[in-house]
Amino acid sequence: MAKTVSSKTMDQYFDELQQTRVWRSIFRSGTGSSTLKRALAIQQNVFLHLFPTKVRTRMLSFSATWYLGTLTLGTFLILVATGIPLMLYYHPSAPQAYADTKDLQFVVSSGLFLRNLHRWSAHAMVFLVFAHMFKVFYRGAYRTPREFNWVIGVILLLITLLLSYTGYLLPWDQLAYWAITVGSNIASAVPIVGDKIHFLLLGGHAVNANALLRFYVLHCMILPLTAIFFVAIHFWRIRKDGGLYNHGSEPATVRARNSVSSQEVK
Amino acid sequence: MAGSKDFIAGIDSNAKKSPRRIVFITRRTSAQVKAETEEQLQTFPEVLLRAAVAVMTLATVLIWIALAFNAPLEGLADPSHTPNPAKAPWYFLGLQEMLHYFPPVVAGVLVPGLVVMALIVIPYFKVNIEAEGLFLKDRQKRLRIFYIVASLLSLFLLLFKVYAALVPTLIMAGLMLLAAQSSLQSASAFRRYLAARPLSYWVMTWFLFELVVLTAIGTFFRGPGWSWVWPWQGS
Repeated sequence: MAKTVSSKTMDQYFDELQQTRVWRSIFRSGTGSSTLKRALAIQQNVFLHLFPTKVRTRMLSFSATWYLGTLTLGTFLILVATGIPLMLYYHPSAPQAYADTKDLQFVVSSGLFLRNLHRWSAHAMVFLVFAHMFKVFYRGAYRTPREFNWVIGVILLLITLLLSYTGYLLPWDQLAYWAITVGSNIASAVPIVGDKIHFLLLGGHAVNANALLRFYVLHCMILPLTAIFFVAIHFWRIRKDGGLYNHGSEPATVRARNSVSSQEVK
Repeated sequence: MAGSKDFIAGIDSNAKKSPRRIVFITRRTSAQVKAETEEQLQTFPEVLLRAAVAVMTLATVLIWIALAFNAPLEGLADPSHTPNPAKAPWYFLGLQEMLHYFPPVVAGVLVPGLVVMALIVIPYFKVNIEAEGLFLKDRQKRLRIFYIVASLLSLFLLLFKVYAALVPTLIMAGLMLLAAQSSLQSASAFRRYLAARPLSYWVMTWFLFELVVLTAIGTFFRGPGWSWVWPWQGS
């Protein structure tokens, strides 16, 4: 008896599961491992259809992209996954925020770990976004028809900086308070409207409880949603613009227009 | 081929079946469907698996860091007690270092604004698209422009005593001079590499160099009153 049970492999169980009515009602691309079905698994999925169904093998080598875009997305996912539980223990009100942060350090189970991971991942994301930008630049991957995706990338760089900056205030300790004071004072230097921008950003003339609430809403709602919006376009445009850029893979007409003397040609 | 028509004409009198339209299909201008075939992998599952491995490796590293190092947490925010120095987050310390030399409207508004504008317009300039070695064409003229720009920039930085930004500028200018003295036929591979670098490469690399140097100085070498301290001196 035991022999007949073990002769069924995991793959067979999985195949059977995929044949069930419930499974097939959820995944509309159907089952099987044919090229068509694998292509449909991407193309027929609301999230994955942002990506192309096929990618050039040479673009998957580590040296081609250093996977910096993928890793940036990875930090963003980690930040969402750690940020949501942190929100459950946090009140965005003036002295209470600091007490909540202290509780995360010393009272909440794994609170210290959550906060550490969120903090270090945020630093990593800023670093990776910069690294991604320079790598894309040195590869020359901003070339036609990818100009606008480069612009979206610059927007995403600014959103990332703002996300990190707004999060910096939330612990409401001395480090947070004075870093935001120094940073927001720069806004006052803008000619004519500087003081208005400064007031709008902080909800007052100095960093106070209003600023904390504003930064909280920006950090947890407005900026993440804006980031997701632009990231979706960023990925979709990679597919629409012909996949990851590689000079040798460009159509001959495009290559003739973008005549590159010697760099980037592999 | 000589004398033969280079298009095919089709005539049909039934307007319902085929609406009136003339199509010329010439032999020389067929639509380009594909430049070349190249080995590809399917996104599902091969590419997604690679992405998952990359993200999991990153997560593992970050989790180890999170277990080993605690995020900083100082005392309760106190508006009446200013720490010295009060530092912005590390990615703004390059800007804060500049604020030390220039008025806020220059270092805090003009420079970052120009940087963002410059980044946005990169792909819209033909010179960046063609990306030819800077000194390979019009060598004399470009060298003259380079001398003028480099010395004006260096003088400006010298005048404001921004030595932190002057040193990277001089190093980059030296490399550009070496590039101007090199060609694609140079004996050393490094000089061939330099000779092929386009203008955008030099500008961006100078920017990256300044960004790293200024951020590092702001992070590790600035103490009370934004005075110069060595990292090992402690605070």
